[in-house]
Amino acid sequence: MTANFDASGRSVPRILLVPAVIGVLFLLLPLIALFAKANWAQLPAAISSESSVRALTLSLKCGAIATVVCLLLGVPMAVVMARFEGRWVLLLRGLTTLPLVLPPLVGGIALLYLLGRNGLIGRQVTTIFGQIPFSTAAVVIAEAFVSLPFLVLSLEGALRTTGTRYEVVGATLGAGRWTVFRRITLPLVAPGLVSATVLCFARSLGEFGATALFAGSREGVTQTMPLLIYEAFNSAGADQDSAIALSLLLVVVSAVILVLIRPWRSAVPR
Amino acid sequence: MTAELRVSLSVQRQDFTVRARFDVPTGESVAVLGPNGAGKSTILSLVAGLLAPDAGTVALDGRVLTSIGSGRPFVVAPNRRRIGLMGQDPLLFPHLSALENVAFGPRSQGRSRSVARSAAGEWLERMSLSGLASRRPVQLSGGQRQRVALARALAAEPQLLLLDEPLGALDAGTVPEIRQVLRTHLRDSGTTSLLVTHDVLDAAVLADRIIVVEKGQIVDDGPTASVLAAPRSSFGATLAGLNLISGTVVERAAGGEGAVLMTGSGWQLTGIAADELTPGDVGAAVFRPSAVSVFDREPGGSPRNHWPAVIASLEAGVAAVRLRTAGPPEVAVDVTPAAVAELALEPGGRVFLSVKATEVLVHRR
Repeated sequence: MTANFDASGRSVPRILLVPAVIGVLFLLLPLIALFAKANWAQLPAAISSESSVRALTLSLKCGAIATVVCLLLGVPMAVVMARFEGRWVLLLRGLTTLPLVLPPLVGGIALLYLLGRNGLIGRQVTTIFGQIPFSTAAVVIAEAFVSLPFLVLSLEGALRTTGTRYEVVGATLGAGRWTVFRRITLPLVAPGLVSATVLCFARSLGEFGATALFAGSREGVTQTMPLLIYEAFNSAGADQDSAIALSLLLVVVSAVILVLIRPWRSAVPR
Repeated sequence: MTAELRVSLSVQRQDFTVRARFDVPTGESVAVLGPNGAGKSTILSLVAGLLAPDAGTVALDGRVLTSIGSGRPFVVAPNRRRIGLMGQDPLLFPHLSALENVAFGPRSQGRSRSVARSAAGEWLERMSLSGLASRRPVQLSGGQRQRVALARALAAEPQLLLLDEPLGALDAGTVPEIRQVLRTHLRDSGTTSLLVTHDVLDAAVLADRIIVVEKGQIVDDGPTASVLAAPRSSFGATLAGLNLISGTVVERAAGGEGAVLMTGSGWQLTGIAADELTPGDVGAAVFRPSAVSVFDREPGGSPRNHWPAVIASLEAGVAAVRLRTAGPPEVAVDVTPAAVAELALEPGGRVFLSVKATEVLVHRR
């Protein structure tokens, strides 16, 4: 036998190992380069500067609110898409995927022409809520717009994998649809929901393009970490070091968040 | 708590139409037998309300649950039917303990948490599972899971229980035990039930009546013993090959010991107890047609089980001639063509039948 068997009997053709390793390096080397280029002496000062702390706080705050918005809208969307069949669902899924493949910049422009002063519903929205673009609310809207597809599509996959057999049993025991959703569907899909939420939050933290166009970069109001990094990098001299330092901070924060997914994945009930 | 089911419906499947018209009287158990893909599970889904028929009605306790084809069509949702469902996969909710699984039904129907939990506790006790109440489904064996699934279905107090191959996924060693658990609790709770199975013995032990379905059509429908002894369909004939004589248990016996059954015709049948028997139990003696011997005069000596019978019919089979006697009891016997000639067997003829005690299994019913 030439295949590689480990103790649990898993086997992988050797030919796949080479591109797999190259792929991992392709993803990791740029990050390693970032670490190599860092000015470690200045790092603490760059990270703890006032504008950096304000940007990180704003990022976490807006990311959290955007994630809550995505949960409120995305969970029902995912349930509808997972539990119905047919052309309309295919169309709905296609539309949901669109923001995922569009450049976020385009999303930002689109939001501007929807909610801006001269936008499609801009005047009415401005009368009720005040001006949206270039406010903190605009950051949340831009982040939610870009992150929602991540949550919906990954949760829909989890719901389809869980299937409807347990829900049918619940119904035959006399449980109404809401009870079945609350006591069976949601708990069964909990691991998938947690990873979808984490993914959504991480994507919100990293959001740049739509935010830049729709919300701008005002310190303390709309300047999130990615925007601060962009600004620092574009200005001359020593600020490039702080751009690298802030990038490293974002890498670490995102990595910590994504690693949180792991223990939940392995707990998926069968 | 339990009620009469009336079914009359038709639905188009890929290559045939399923047509079913039958009743299940209050407290009775009807088995639906048939080859794979005959439409058995379709019938259950139609009754449960998981599928809507092209035309027809389903009524439980006089309450119409499905009505299509006459007047305004409507189908009552599965959760409002008071029809329980138990399949071959126990499908216990993996995130709930055994107790919480059983409490799910009462809780969903509006009972308070404490009432639901104490009812669930009683059901687990009845299933001899008290010690396992806090276990998660993954920590239970296959047989234990199926007991919890039965407890959960019955705790919801259905007016009708649908059983879809309830023993199908169990290992061979567990099947007799769970079959007895089903029998005991279906009888004790007086639950009306509709059982889909491919195993004749399930039907023999659990069902009062058998319906045989082939290609969506009901081809046989009658009391269990007569369908098994004199099947009218080709499928029934291949699956049957079993004689069933019911009677009353005379002596106490543990499983594997000798058992004595007093038949309805007033003679005693000796066999081996399939499970624990107590005097007064309703029992069923089950044996194969090939285990029966035919004599032209009363046999002397060893075989204890023998009785006179009148030949009702003779039918040539592949390797043997299938002889049927007029009841009671209706019995099928496989004899060699040589024996037919030697004993001059013909319809209307009087013979004596005998069967060795070791070939007869006595079940509680």
